[in-house]
Amino acid sequence: MLDVNPASRIKHPVMFTETALVRKKQRTEAAAKVIFFLMAVLMIMPLLMILFYLFYKAIPSLSLDFLLANPKNGMRAGGIWAPFLGTMYLVVISLLISAPIGVFAAVYLNEYARENWFTRIINLAVVNLAGVPSIVHALFGLGAFVLFAQMGRSILAAALTLAIMTLPVIIASTKESLSSVPMAFREACWNVGATRWQTIRHIVLPNSISGILTGVILQVSRTAGETAPIMFTGAVFFKKISEGDIFAYNIFDQCMALSMHLFTISTQVPGVPVSTLYGTAVVLLGTVLLVNALSIALRVYLRARKKW
Amino acid sequence: MSNKRRFGTLAEPIIEGLIRVCGFSAILFVLGIFFFVFREGSDFLINKLDVKQFLTSIEWYPDSPSNKRYGVLALLAGTASVTVLAMMIAVPFGLGAAIFISEFCSSRLRETFKIVIELLAAIPSVVWGFIGLTVMNPLIIEIFNAPIGLNVLNGGLILALMSVPIIVSIGEDALKAVPDSYREASLALGTTKWQMVYRVLLPAAKNGLLAAALLGVGRGVGETIAVLMATGHAVQIPDSFLDPVRTLTATIAAELGEAPVHSDHYQVLFIIGILLFSITFVVNLVADLVVKGIKGK
Repeated sequence: MLDVNPASRIKHPVMFTETALVRKKQRTEAAAKVIFFLMAVLMIMPLLMILFYLFYKAIPSLSLDFLLANPKNGMRAGGIWAPFLGTMYLVVISLLISAPIGVFAAVYLNEYARENWFTRIINLAVVNLAGVPSIVHALFGLGAFVLFAQMGRSILAAALTLAIMTLPVIIASTKESLSSVPMAFREACWNVGATRWQTIRHIVLPNSISGILTGVILQVSRTAGETAPIMFTGAVFFKKISEGDIFAYNIFDQCMALSMHLFTISTQVPGVPVSTLYGTAVVLLGTVLLVNALSIALRVYLRARKKW
Repeated sequence: MSNKRRFGTLAEPIIEGLIRVCGFSAILFVLGIFFFVFREGSDFLINKLDVKQFLTSIEWYPDSPSNKRYGVLALLAGTASVTVLAMMIAVPFGLGAAIFISEFCSSRLRETFKIVIELLAAIPSVVWGFIGLTVMNPLIIEIFNAPIGLNVLNGGLILALMSVPIIVSIGEDALKAVPDSYREASLALGTTKWQMVYRVLLPAAKNGLLAAALLGVGRGVGETIAVLMATGHAVQIPDSFLDPVRTLTATIAAELGEAPVHSDHYQVLFIIGILLFSITFVVNLVADLVVKGIKGK
């Protein structure tokens, strides 16, 4: 009798004996699998070890006081309040600039643009904008905002530079989530007489808001970590602000920033206590990773709830 | 109600106009970057720059009081050496990891790997530089018995770790783009997975994998703060991977703050910026053409 059910798990008798060739094939297969696995693990393991090491070395300095006190004594004592707040300012302001532009640009590319050479050029521009080295963005920010637009070195100029730099991140992620909204949704909406914009406003955007949000959060983490673009456009080595006051900066002021601060104290200032160095690195790293983890968690959660 | 509708019909062209403007903005920004960087360096570039000396001399003495010389060959060599070393490590490992994640592992393990890689990609470059300074530096001194640990090797390793996430994620996309029917056809012929990867997937995803490597190169050439902190400060053509070097990007970052605005030195730094912009532009363009090439077929 033939067994017609493919799911049944009958142990078949051995029909063929293994030839040398087959055995060789299987050996290569096993070796390949192990090697590729090692490659994947080898690039991750040392890193995780380094990160744990950083956290371990930073423990002595991590406390709420460290976060809420200004750097003192030529940055050799005190905390990281001024740079931390500066980073927050830069992140929020650049987000306010780049999020609307980025989302609208993605809406244009996904909903309005036709398949032609012009769209191809826009896409190429987005790819290239993402590939421009961060130091060239710094030169651009210096030439365009600080000198040409006469903003001087200020939070505003630095935030604009960061906004342009992170624009491709938002465009790419928004475009992806817009294109995942099924075409049938749009067609149904058009068929009841809605215009293009009404369809976008009431159908496409609400259905893709989760993906857009993930991209925006990702942009936050990217902005918080950048150093080169703000070095010459708005960040300074040292600036004293009142502790605990979240409105201590004006957008036309220069500010300290966490990334710049880490660069300064680890390369320019001798004699900074080791725990302060590691503490600063870990606060920066922790902020960025936390924001990223939030974005990933949000994505996983929303994907699980998705109905189509 | 009618008021609201009138507002809607009025607002719609405005919003659509805004969307179009934002859509074109990426082009404007790329042109703007080129224009403004060029504008700051143009005077020197057109009137005073000795192009031959600029590109072929290793003498970088912008601060010399009597005889200022601006030769970037040593800086180019610095960028090239660090990038090449980084790619020699990152490309095989990155593509190997991409193949493992896309072909050999279970879906749960794949999700875990992808999340870890995403987090790795998020580590700020200044933290990488810090790792280079505080972790790699003493390790390299001890293992290789080198006088200083801030050198090509340190920068290359840091850069390799930084560019691996890009290479993995784009490489995996390229492998995912190969239709499943290719895999099924191959397995149905009795090949093992490795034979399928080697004989079927790699040729089919060749262009995407090449693009992944190219984007890694673009990242390597453009990286600033991490290499500034990890490669040491010596303008020279390296003899071995234990020599300290200085890259193009690091030079701009280190010297722009000290150069007086609109001085020759300042303008030369902007010209280096144009050079960097051009290099990454070409790399990205080639990567784009390579990818679009397969779609065109």
